[in-house]
Amino acid sequence: MKLKSLFGSLLAGAMSVGAAHAVDITGAGATFPYPIYAKWADAYKKATGVGMNYQSIGSGGGIKQITAKTVDFGASDAPMKGEDLEKNGLIQFPAIMGGVVPVYNLKGVKSGELKLTGALIADIYLGKTKMWNDPAIAKLNPGVALPNQAVSAVNRSDGSGTTFLFTNYLSKVSPEWKATIGEGTAVKWSTGVGGKGNEGVANYVARIDGSIGYVEYAYAKQNKLSYAQMINKDGQVVAPSDDSFKAAAAGADWNSVPGMGVVLTDQPGKASWPMTGASFILIHKRQEKPENGKEVLRFFEWAFKNGARMADELDYVPIPDAVIKLIQSAWRSQIKDPAGKTLY
Amino acid sequence: MSDTQGSRRLRSAPWADKAFEWLTRIFAFVVFSLLLAILVSLVIGSQLTLEKYGFSFIWSADWDPVREKFGALVPIYGTVVTSLIAMLIGVPVSFGIAIFLTELSPSWLKRPLGTAIELLAAIPSIIYGMWGLFVFVPLFQAHLQPAIIDSLGNVPFFGALFAGPPIGIGMLTAGLILSIMVIPFITAVMRDVFEIVPPMLKESAYGLGATTWEVVWRVVLPYTKVGVIGGIMLGLGRALGETMAVTFVIGNAHRLAVSLNAPGNSIASALANEFTEAVGDVYYSALIELGLILFLITTVVLGLSKLLLLRLARHEGAQA
Repeated sequence: MKLKSLFGSLLAGAMSVGAAHAVDITGAGATFPYPIYAKWADAYKKATGVGMNYQSIGSGGGIKQITAKTVDFGASDAPMKGEDLEKNGLIQFPAIMGGVVPVYNLKGVKSGELKLTGALIADIYLGKTKMWNDPAIAKLNPGVALPNQAVSAVNRSDGSGTTFLFTNYLSKVSPEWKATIGEGTAVKWSTGVGGKGNEGVANYVARIDGSIGYVEYAYAKQNKLSYAQMINKDGQVVAPSDDSFKAAAAGADWNSVPGMGVVLTDQPGKASWPMTGASFILIHKRQEKPENGKEVLRFFEWAFKNGARMADELDYVPIPDAVIKLIQSAWRSQIKDPAGKTLY
Repeated sequence: MSDTQGSRRLRSAPWADKAFEWLTRIFAFVVFSLLLAILVSLVIGSQLTLEKYGFSFIWSADWDPVREKFGALVPIYGTVVTSLIAMLIGVPVSFGIAIFLTELSPSWLKRPLGTAIELLAAIPSIIYGMWGLFVFVPLFQAHLQPAIIDSLGNVPFFGALFAGPPIGIGMLTAGLILSIMVIPFITAVMRDVFEIVPPMLKESAYGLGATTWEVVWRVVLPYTKVGVIGGIMLGLGRALGETMAVTFVIGNAHRLAVSLNAPGNSIASALANEFTEAVGDVYYSALIELGLILFLITTVVLGLSKLLLLRLARHEGAQA
């Protein structure tokens, strides 16, 4: 009996040693959050000695790899639908947020001077609003010298979470957009040219006089692009900033959609930026390798606690505390090892 | 010394030659089976769209990831048109460079020029793409493109090819960048084959009073036509499959446009753009089928060039 317990404690000791030197974890997926995940991974390695290896292969690849269980977690910019999560036994939670901003190249109109509505952007990208001095644009922008110039719409040619947020927002505010184009990481554009990546869009916008495009906020800010202000759901004029993204996240009801798959576009609230969104993490509910599963949760717990400043530095928006509580209670109730014991 | 060593090797290892033969044979078959494996996996990967659309995939111009409707006409058209532009410009220019290098250039210039051309061939395609977008596109848009649109755009029928606003980005730009990229390849091959023409043949022709042009056209070219066509095919292969450089400057629009100044898409750049975020089985399968089509286009082009060579050879026999 004594021997057995000794053996047992030895075994437990060996296992806890194993846990301290836990295996490095791997994740794959979305490219939009890659810079912040990489930064977190770097800091986490320094703090705990556990490495996190994230491959930014795109949301599609991330979903494929997590369903095939070749990685410990997947990442996707567009939230996975409730039934798909159920089917694959996955749980989903938001890990980081960001915003999309309209940028333009218009001689004589400075950055921030132009105001636009979602419906107007939809009409431009549908090819219906063709000129910059269109009465609809002029009415929103009294005092701005709008040239008699054709509008060139620039879109992202590669599939991206940025395009998803942009088209999701336009679908919410324009019935015609929803009916003819719809939302997705790549859509069938009816007009304009496509640039690859944020840098491709920014370059095309810089090249073409009278063009309008859309890029991630971080990219627009770091490269000092001319961005437009938006008129949000409450009819207020808002500029893109960390605060207006946080405002959009504040009012959201995260439990309204299965898997917290809320897309934060067109949110109510006076200060809400209309094109805000989160990037999501996918993990299996039943963890066949509980050690890895535990380590993934530990990593994100650490990142939620210590990663906010790093996120700010890179112009991402950290997840609000109230939402972190929701996420962690979901971990507690849903993620289990094969024996049915909760991991977190 | 070396003699005894050689005979000793023969006596001690009679199997060595056999083994070497088999080793090389295996290498050759590995390449062949790789090719086959790629083809098979492309067909399996595109099963879904092959069944769903059949041949209509090739001539449908629809590309709507949201509603999962896919057709390959736009990228096929873009691939063929940009490669054609590249060949139309690249082949004559390369031919001229190769003639200059082998027939006309003073010998002190031959080496540096030849090395420069080989260096051009070694530049990675992404550099061409970036150079194209940052340097060539603004210059083209400001100076050359308006002139092209104003002059050629007004010609009846033909003019539609050059109509449209000068945005600097589009199929014509992609074709021009591609032509710059294929020139070093074609030139290098042409120069090498022109150099193997026996001097006696050329000297005889010159002796009979032929001009340089006549020597090149009647003596050098017939003697080297297999190599010349091979070089052109090498360039065409690069143009058809070029990805990054084209992606940067073609405009990436899934719309069929008559005008070469309009943005378009090519198979390779569509794949580079959309593969990473292709969520959904049909979308994924459609992209793989695009890859399959590119594979088939390249095979057909190679087959046609072989056929051309065969016809040329037969023609030669008839003359004799």
